[in-house]
Amino acid sequence: MKFIVLGHANKDTEAGVLPSPEEFDKMGKFVEELVKAGVFVAGEGLLPSSKGARITFGSGGKTSIKNGPFTESKELIAGFSIIQVKSLDEAIAWMSRTPSPEGSSLEIRQLFSDEDFAPVDPTGDLREHDAKLREQAAKQHGNS
Amino acid sequence: MEEAQRRIEAVFRIEWARLVAGLARFVHGDLGTAEELAQDALVAALETWPQDGIPREPGAWLMQVAKNRALKRIDRQKRWEKKEAELTRAMEDRQECSADAIEEAADDDVGDDLLRLIFASCHPILSAESRVALTLRVVGGLTTEEIASAFLISEATAAQRIVRAKKTLAESGAAFEVPRGRELAERLSSVLEVIYFVFNEGYVATAGGEWMRPALCEDALRLGRILAELVPNEAEAHGLVALMEIQASRIDARTLPDGTPIPLFEQNRARWDRFSSSAVCAL
Repeated sequence: MKFIVLGHANKDTEAGVLPSPEEFDKMGKFVEELVKAGVFVAGEGLLPSSKGARITFGSGGKTSIKNGPFTESKELIAGFSIIQVKSLDEAIAWMSRTPSPEGSSLEIRQLFSDEDFAPVDPTGDLREHDAKLREQAAKQHGNS
Repeated sequence: MEEAQRRIEAVFRIEWARLVAGLARFVHGDLGTAEELAQDALVAALETWPQDGIPREPGAWLMQVAKNRALKRIDRQKRWEKKEAELTRAMEDRQECSADAIEEAADDDVGDDLLRLIFASCHPILSAESRVALTLRVVGGLTTEEIASAFLISEATAAQRIVRAKKTLAESGAAFEVPRGRELAERLSSVLEVIYFVFNEGYVATAGGEWMRPALCEDALRLGRILAELVPNEAEAHGLVALMEIQASRIDARTLPDGTPIPLFEQNRARWDRFSSSAVCAL
């Protein structure tokens, strides 16, 4: 099963402070460990919310746009990894080793797998369509 | 199961292969003893971690505890031998080596030990079924119970296969080493066969009422990825991972929502998992 691990933002990430070379090196070693264990699938870091925007869908098809930064930094994300492991416990065991600074936090969430959508897509047509789109996207980005 | 215990077992599971691999070299390739020592370390962890918390470097903690036990055993053995006046020169040499090995182990590359362990558990002197059971146990970290249920055999049978495999290895005096030269190709084939067998067993699930067991496929993929990382220059290892990725990407397309299998020629290729397929093509 796959999990996404969301790294929460803090003052530093929101200020765009880059990790120190030592922190960067530590994180690199940790990811290397995940790769060697056949666990790591993907991961990226996020720029501060000041570089982003939020769209809210209101009534009557009205949308409102709010540019970053966003103040409630507890709900902000600063990075993510996707891992493949056997259980939530294993995901917790791995991610507890993240060399994250004191006071930071991570959230672990399980990803849907294709079969999970069977109740709302009994014929498989919607998933088929979704798979086609994913294939197209992969091709566009040179992964296929 | 209690949450604290589940947490500890998850930590233990991800440390298991490296722990057994490091200990196996420490005790000169005796997988039986290595596994016993690793189990002792688990018991110690279950006794202390619930109160003290999981240590910051659980792998190092477990290895230290297990090695202390190993040293106690050697010590006991020494005393017994003195008492019995049966201390042969050969045994002395062996013990000296054991003491040296502690120092060595501290510096040595963990990956080498893991590779040694994989080659040992897939050794051609073992029967095919023993190789599979032993590899899933010592490298994959599956419990005997899990192996038994994966292959629909009794737990006693699974345990017996593993015990027999360890005994055969010990008796053969097979070196706990990464093979070199011409032997490497032959031994690597055996490793690849074992991994692919596990994958196929999950994919075809010939033995079971359940038509497909994705968990076994995932185990095989993980073993394959670990191997490919350990032997980055061996194209066959990467090829096997790619092959398994292609087949695994079809898993979701192979059953209807109620679990009924769909024959290959009726499967909708659009439902093959594009993520896995694109990983293959990116290689």
